[in-house]
Amino acid sequence: MPRLQSLEDLEARRAACVGARDPAKPCLALCAGSGCTASGAPEVLAALRESLERAGLEGAVELKSTGCHGFCEKGPVMLTWPEGTFYNQVAARDAKEIVASVSNGRRPVERLLYRDPTSGERVQREEDVPFYRFQQRVLFGNNGRIDPKNIDDYLGVGGYAALGKALTGSTPEQVVDWVKRAGLRGRGGAGFPTGKKWEVMRAQPATPKYLICNADEGDPGAFMDRSLLEGNPHSVIEGMIIGAFALGAREGYIYVRAEYPLAVEHFRVALAQAEECGLLGESILGSGLDFRIRLVQGAGAFVCGEETALIASIEGHVGEPLPRPPFPAQKGLWGKPTVINNVKTWASVPVIVNRGPEWYAAIGTTGSKGTMVFSLVGKINNTGLVEVPMGITLREMIYKIGGGIPNGRALKAVQIGGPSGGCIPASLIDLPIDYEALTEAGSMMGSGGMVVMDETNCMVDVARYFMEFLEEESCGKCFPCRKGTQRMREILTRISQGQGAEDDLKLLEDLGWMVRETSLCGLGQTAPNPVLTTLRYFRDEYLAHVRERRCPAKVCKQLITYSIEPTLCDGCHACVHVCTTEAILGEKKAAHTIDAAKCIKCGACLEVCQPKAVLVT
Amino acid sequence: MPKLTINGIEVEVERGTTVLEAARFLGLPIPTLCHDDGLTPYGACRLCLVEVTNGPRSKLQAACTLPADDGLVVQTHSARVERARQLLLELYVATTPQSKTIQDLASRYGVTRVRLTPEFEDCIQCGKCVRICREQMMAGAIGFAYRGNRRKVMAPFRPQSDICRQCGACMYICPVCELRCHGAEAETTLCSGCLNFAPACLDYHDHAMCFLDPCVACELAGPLRQDLVWPAVKPPESPK
Ligand SMILES: Cc1cc2nc3c(=O)[nH]c(=O)nc-3n(C[C@H](O)[C@H](O)[C@H](O)COP(=O)(O)O)c2cc1C
Ligand code: SF4
Ligand code: SF4
Ligand code: FES
Repeated sequence: MPRLQSLEDLEARRAACVGARDPAKPCLALCAGSGCTASGAPEVLAALRESLERAGLEGAVELKSTGCHGFCEKGPVMLTWPEGTFYNQVAARDAKEIVASVSNGRRPVERLLYRDPTSGERVQREEDVPFYRFQQRVLFGNNGRIDPKNIDDYLGVGGYAALGKALTGSTPEQVVDWVKRAGLRGRGGAGFPTGKKWEVMRAQPATPKYLICNADEGDPGAFMDRSLLEGNPHSVIEGMIIGAFALGAREGYIYVRAEYPLAVEHFRVALAQAEECGLLGESILGSGLDFRIRLVQGAGAFVCGEETALIASIEGHVGEPLPRPPFPAQKGLWGKPTVINNVKTWASVPVIVNRGPEWYAAIGTTGSKGTMVFSLVGKINNTGLVEVPMGITLREMIYKIGGGIPNGRALKAVQIGGPSGGCIPASLIDLPIDYEALTEAGSMMGSGGMVVMDETNCMVDVARYFMEFLEEESCGKCFPCRKGTQRMREILTRISQGQGAEDDLKLLEDLGWMVRETSLCGLGQTAPNPVLTTLRYFRDEYLAHVRERRCPAKVCKQLITYSIEPTLCDGCHACVHVCTTEAILGEKKAAHTIDAAKCIKCGACLEVCQPKAVLVT
Repeated sequence: MPKLTINGIEVEVERGTTVLEAARFLGLPIPTLCHDDGLTPYGACRLCLVEVTNGPRSKLQAACTLPADDGLVVQTHSARVERARQLLLELYVATTPQSKTIQDLASRYGVTRVRLTPEFEDCIQCGKCVRICREQMMAGAIGFAYRGNRRKVMAPFRPQSDICRQCGACMYICPVCELRCHGAEAETTLCSGCLNFAPACLDYHDHAMCFLDPCVACELAGPLRQDLVWPAVKPPESPK
């Protein structure tokens, strides 16, 4: 691959990539992200390849494995181009039929199309699937189109055009100004204005300057950054090179957790290709800009996502946060000015340069611009990755994109922002999702985790669960976070076991307030959010636990009992077979009873009982 | 030279000074546990918090690690700071009720109740020992291991370190390796002893003799065993 020496070289290369591609040539783009890989994408890929060979179509039909399309719930998913037909839950045995449909006049394979659960109708095109229809996929749009391991694919969809534009048509100051005017805020959690951070860094006299891409993504259940690195690594690299131009950096780092092997692999391949093309290295595109990116793998501590801890970790120290100021932009890696941004923040930069700051700033609300990527999980029909414009309401998110709550249950709360986000009650369902509105409601944007909860979730239990996680992940450096999370977890456990007192609620509030106010880093400063918001919005539920020793959601095991309603029990014995502790007694055809002393409240009998005679009280 | 305002007083200090140093220069007392002159600021105990106002927003920040900067507006004893300190000290007393240093701070900052079960931990992870060992004794024999609640001070990989000269600096500087007045197994979590009782030496002398800080004798022995610890200063026999 020859090095690209100039913008003309880049455009010639792009033209060659586009020209080599017949837009009418059929293409099967199978998602090979981690989710679909887990649900069988590699087998499907092999089967598709084999079927194509059998049909003698290897040359006529392109087969491509792409990054995550977001709808992991329905994986493996795939798209067929040029029609954009969307197939879900594809299996290896479907390969023959898919290949046949490509060759025989292209009637889609009906049964693999997405079926709308409300209307029952099949939907052919991806953009008509409700899960996608209400999204605005600015960063993730290309995930279903390109092979992440092939730079030509990225060039083919306009990749590195923003870099060309920045290097040849603008000054570094201008680029910073664009990012500022676009209103881009950091996507890693705190939402700090990116342009402002860049300005602070630029104003530092010290050299060298460094860039870091934060791909630690430690939130349980979050996989936005992973999917972008797996599916479109060049967009992140391009953002960083533009950043290097704007900020005068010659060296960049990306810190990826080692639990993301596929992301690491794809990013390494992308780095090697970019270097080979001369998009990284010396005098990029002949502009005189030198920039290299190194990949560092983190050992997977949540706190290492915190910027100062991450820098310490790159330097080879223990990943513990340091006080700020000085901020990394003033004194970061190796004591030098360092801009650290999230994966999605970097990937937004080429979009802003390409489309212009005004275009970008037109998306979203007054204070929150652009799109935000969420991982939508929990009690929701369509789990997956969604990219939406800022300011969309929770209602649209849950009912339009998420397809509502399964089993006709009622929405109870949404926890936003990762483990230390707050729980927002169903009554605030029309809340727009932007930085300020979420903070005001006691939650935060965080890095985009969104857990939906229904009436079968106990909020005390939820708070206890997150506190346990945060206690485990606290680095232990500062006292309030280390001991405060432990004490709060103990109190919450006590309450969920029916041993709490009403005074405990005040104590929790006091401790929560103190930990938030006094902790050193963002982990401790946000750790009390789940407790404080559940106390604020679901106090009744806490009171039921401490006053009546009752768990209204029937989750806390110490507070519920299983029994069998004799008038409903037909003595079928089904429950007796599933009960592992032999707690259920009774002759066949006669009403059964549960021995409370032996019952471990696992709920197995509840699931198998046809006449619904098992009661939980 | 940065100029800042602390409790309404304007002060100009040299660049590189911390807010803690600036406040102490003005004679404003700020409690600390993990700070010691001569050790690198660490910012872990959080007791030195002050309220820093920046435009419409204000925020609690550790004074020991906060560089004094132009235009900072600092409150060392605002209601918010006092409340945070009290709650923090309540948690400290519950963690290490045996520490005299912590009991003294608790009584000075008006902690009147402890709602948490006492734990009698032997370390608050202030890191003073680790820093004095490395920075003043030039040994670096101990460090932190593990994370979160399991975090511990220890020598690398094994209990005894080759480079430890057993100088005892770590024990000297530790705010927790010490006993409060009524010993390790005191009946109450919160001491407040000095607020409520006359010094023990008053039983022997007609005026308090105590000039030690902390008063080692009463701590170790308690009033009843003073004869053992203080044989040399037994009260003179009264003339017949
Ligand atoms: C406990 C903790 C964990 C964090 N984890 C991440 C993370 O996984 N990814 C990330 O980009 N930022 C994370 N952050 C935020 C970073 O400290 C930092 O603000 C961010 O990387 C800055 O980039 P941005 O301005 O693009 O958001 C975390 C912060 C804290 C306090
Ligand atoms: S707040 Fe928690 S995670 Fe952050 S420095 Fe303190 S102990 Fe470590
Ligand atoms: S042993 Fe003492 S000095 Fe060392 S960290 Fe623990 S409390 Fe601090
Ligand atoms: S003295 Fe400042 S945090 Fe301990």
